[in-house]
Amino acid sequence: MSLVARHLEEAGLPTVVMGSARDIVEECGVSRFVYTDFPLGNPVGKPGDVEMQSAITGIALDLLERAWEPRTTVQTPFVWDPATNDDWRDHFMKVDESNRDALAAAGDQRRMAQAGVKAEGRGRG
Amino acid sequence: MAADRRTHRSHVSYIDKSRNYYGAQGYPQPYQWSYNHDVPFASLNKPLDECRVGLVTTSFFERTVDKNTVAGAGSKEPYAALCDDALGGLYNKDLFWDKDNTHTEDLDTYLPINRLRECADEGRIGSLAERFYGVPTDYSHRRTSRRDAPQILEFAREDELDAVILVPL
Repeated sequence: MSLVARHLEEAGLPTVVMGSARDIVEECGVSRFVYTDFPLGNPVGKPGDVEMQSAITGIALDLLERAWEPRTTVQTPFVWDPATNDDWRDHFMKVDESNRDALAAAGDQRRMAQAGVKAEGRGRG
Repeated sequence: MAADRRTHRSHVSYIDKSRNYYGAQGYPQPYQWSYNHDVPFASLNKPLDECRVGLVTTSFFERTVDKNTVAGAGSKEPYAALCDDALGGLYNKDLFWDKDNTHTEDLDTYLPINRLRECADEGRIGSLAERFYGVPTDYSHRRTSRRDAPQILEFAREDELDAVILVPL
């Protein structure tokens, strides 16, 4: 998606990216980025929270108007859950001793399934 | 909020996480994320309250997948569709997001059509375009840069957009 933003900018069309995967967007490099430090899935605000969604959308619009140079990132002030804010970070794509064997087995299974699909000639995705 | 101290950066590095996660699944070659030193920049050429603004998502309309098809298979092409047709929600269960901690039942959390229409009603922007666009999250940078991005630009020109908001999930 960041590559699309870059292409539009190169053609003279101003853009702003709203997202929660900060490193992926910033490594790719975009002109304007509104970063919300939430679990992936709700970069415009929490479900049902119209006020928050309006605030984050408003920050994106502010950035369209006011940024004067590329790589302008604004982090919105919202916190997912102040009481347990680190839990979702630790849980997502976790790799530790509790699931290492299960992940290795899942990988093997996936490769076998993909090899089967390829052998049947319908693997092109 | 009280000050805090940490030994690691507070925001998640999805590049690190995904490398470790897929490495643990036996994929030895880490994904090569896009990196660019130089970044292009364009400014608005009219006041925002006169601008027609467009939206781009990575979500798609729900598709019928036959029961033998592996998850995530099937080609996706960039598309343009009426915002009104997205109001019932889009399909994104096949995308990379935190399904254990949140959900995408509220469209405006990832495609703020209603919020931007309110901004138009309030005069903050000129208007939200009637169409929004979808772009696949492709493994191939080449397909995104050479096929998808030019198509999105073409849609944007057809709709005479003045600015674009892109919201990856």
